[in-house]
Amino acid sequence: MVYIVGVGLTPVGNHWSKSLRHLAVEASVKALEDYGKDVDYVVVSNMLSGVINGQENLGSYVVSHLGKIGTPAIKVEAAGASGAAASVVAQGLISSGMAERVLVVGVEKMTDYTSLEDTTSALSTAIDSEYEGFPGGTLDAMHALVMREYMKKYGVNREDFSYFPLLMHKNAVDTPHAQLRFKLKPESYMRSPMIAEPITLLDLAPVSDGAAAIVLSKEPDGPNGNAEILSVGHATDTIAIYRRESLTEMPAIRAAFSEALERANIERGSIDLYNIHDYSSVLGYITTEELGLAERGKAPELFKNGGADRDGPTPVNPEGGLKARGNPVGATGVYQIAEAFLQVTGRAEGAQVEGAKTALTLSAGGLASNVIIHLIRGV
Amino acid sequence: MRADRKVGIVGWGVYVPQWRIRSEELARGWGRDWKRYAAGIMVEEKSVPGLDEDTFTIAYEASVNALRRARIDPSKLRAVYVGTESKPYAVKTTATMLIEALGAGGEDRLTTGADYEFACKAGTEAIQSIIGLIGSGMIDYGLAVGADTAQGAPGDALEYTASAGGAAYILGPAEESIAIIEASLSHVTDTPDFWRRQHERYPAHTRAFTGEPAYFKHIMTAAKKLMGLIGTTPDDYDYAIFHQPNGKFPLRVGTRLGFTPDKIKPGLITPYIGNTYSGSALVGLAAVLDQAKPGQKILVVSFGSGAGSDAFHIEVNDKIEEVRDLAPKVMDYVNRKRYVDYTTYARYRRMIRMLHDFSAY
Amino acid sequence: MWAYWQSVPAHWREIPARYRLEGGECQDCGYRMIPREDICPKCGSRNVKPINLPRKGNVVNYTVIWNAPRGYEYYTPYVIAIIELEDGTRLTAQLTDVEPSDVKEGMEVEMVLRKTRVSGESGLIAYSYKFRPLIK
Repeated sequence: MVYIVGVGLTPVGNHWSKSLRHLAVEASVKALEDYGKDVDYVVVSNMLSGVINGQENLGSYVVSHLGKIGTPAIKVEAAGASGAAASVVAQGLISSGMAERVLVVGVEKMTDYTSLEDTTSALSTAIDSEYEGFPGGTLDAMHALVMREYMKKYGVNREDFSYFPLLMHKNAVDTPHAQLRFKLKPESYMRSPMIAEPITLLDLAPVSDGAAAIVLSKEPDGPNGNAEILSVGHATDTIAIYRRESLTEMPAIRAAFSEALERANIERGSIDLYNIHDYSSVLGYITTEELGLAERGKAPELFKNGGADRDGPTPVNPEGGLKARGNPVGATGVYQIAEAFLQVTGRAEGAQVEGAKTALTLSAGGLASNVIIHLIRGV
Repeated sequence: MRADRKVGIVGWGVYVPQWRIRSEELARGWGRDWKRYAAGIMVEEKSVPGLDEDTFTIAYEASVNALRRARIDPSKLRAVYVGTESKPYAVKTTATMLIEALGAGGEDRLTTGADYEFACKAGTEAIQSIIGLIGSGMIDYGLAVGADTAQGAPGDALEYTASAGGAAYILGPAEESIAIIEASLSHVTDTPDFWRRQHERYPAHTRAFTGEPAYFKHIMTAAKKLMGLIGTTPDDYDYAIFHQPNGKFPLRVGTRLGFTPDKIKPGLITPYIGNTYSGSALVGLAAVLDQAKPGQKILVVSFGSGAGSDAFHIEVNDKIEEVRDLAPKVMDYVNRKRYVDYTTYARYRRMIRMLHDFSAY
Repeated sequence: MWAYWQSVPAHWREIPARYRLEGGECQDCGYRMIPREDICPKCGSRNVKPINLPRKGNVVNYTVIWNAPRGYEYYTPYVIAIIELEDGTRLTAQLTDVEPSDVKEGMEVEMVLRKTRVSGESGLIAYSYKFRPLIK
């Protein structure tokens, strides 16, 4: 058994005066203070520090600035699923006896290059660089191909895609650490600038800085709340999407989900909330369909009719998701697990889903080419 | 000059970018009245290379078209020469890229390859060299290309004509040819009528001096000497193609030599696409091959500033009918067009730049 | 670095695929692919041989890029498409010589060779396949 026993978050946003190390230290200190004890291993999650900040060796980098010189530390990367992957590695360290208490800290500092071209290049390292990136493709373009296919296959229009960001923004208003804490008007969505047709700026997660930390322990010994990691499901898909059989199905999500349910030995009905990886509106929709929350092609209705609301039958991203909480990519997976931890221990403040005991987090790297699901229950 | 072993054209192909700018629009860009220049230039519009096009990409597509007509395996090409004055790299041979893209010379790439420069006659100079290689028996097939993305300085008279396009010719043994090059001749002097200095973006020229002592003198000398050598007169030819820096000069030089305009006009393409420099006379020849009948005779005389002319006497045979339709014709490319305004033209020609432009050129 | 400057060896080693559409064909299951893999993604066979793929195909799906990555910003808007070649092999490629609003699914296209990535005024010009509507 591995438990989540402490948590610390920095607000997600544009932290002009803070660097990678300031963010990582801030979240780590908060988590360690929340837990109240020391750790014997540090696992850092990050995707872009080498590309954007010119900094690798993040294990050593973080402990050096955290005053923990000597503690073993490593970095884990799996694009957008880096944070969840770091948790997986930390759980392995604990289960194998290599460590008893592990600090998992996700950190990303994306705003040090201020041109969209630069962040687009950086994020597009998650796709096949030689045969998708070199011809001029981007991560956003791959989501656009999926969105066009989804629109064609199910006969949905642009307006149908507005329900997703509208709910995410509405949820983020109540989330203290969210980046975009304002409501979105439907007409603003319809006027949003094109990024890669039919994907617009408001279909996509923003560019974000942020750090999130959790402490994992083999005992439920956290003073402010504890949650058990019931299970992990993990699966991959081809990195290049032109080799996929279908663009509107994400078999890695299905595989990870059934594996997670089986390992936890729980029914899907006992999941109280879903914290998913919505890099784009269409990925948000397809993910909810693959998780069985909506029939294929019917996710827009789920979000339009309140089914995914915080007080609805199957709450999705009560904190606002990547779209509105923000997406400090390599840290996002840790934010998701931290948010689920706060939910199942009743500490999610304005974003709290009433009575939530069991939460699912789903993190996805690339275009759902690396999918990690955690099932977490408060104890 | 005549080779020991007879050499001919096995296949030909052209390429012209789809973008056009009207001369009127170019004049408007500089506040000029095109009507006052039209009669002196006789080019109504010119081709403009797209953002992703250059001499190599033009040479490539022209060569692919030539291979379609030649119906030979590209591995049989043992000489690939690209004549141009707008090399993508000042140092790094365009021909090597073309050899690689076509698979010339076989798996081991056993072929000669080089870029030729002789202003607008670099492409015909390449043909002369390959005639020598095949004629001597050193090789069986060679590819000669004349292609350019010509530079005309903003506001300069050349801006109305400097265009983009090219033609490729696969030469081989006469018995496999669609047209036989019966004889050729070159005439060269040091006549500084037009040049581009190292590191300069645009060429300089000497206006009226580019006419009589340069263009007319060299073309007329080469044409007369060649006809004298083989004993022909203008009446013996069905078509005459001269280098075409504008729409006016070829008609004038042809008339002075004794050719009637109806023999010159089928190969006069510059009025529709501008002057493709190293491609100029060779695109004209391609337009004639697109329609020539077996047995017809063609005189081609190129001109390159600096200066010199290559003259060729070509006789078409009946194999031409088999291959003519195997690739797009000159007029297919001439008629495939979309217009740009001066702002887009300036962007495509990289006359205006972005801040932090890492995709330069 | 890579975002600003195309690696020369990294482009050079892909020239057979980028200039000539050289891909791979699994000798056991017949699956064709570009780039050529050492291991067949379909059946796991290690017997994959080089093959020149057909130069014509049609557009399966496409997007118009307005927000380009570094090194491509001068070319916007441009179209990125999934192309299915005549033999069924799929690849991602840029379309050229076409107005983005004229692109349609099922549009017949042919391979051309164009400048794809240019590293400033002094660096490498990386040429590669692009696809354009059939001329004829």
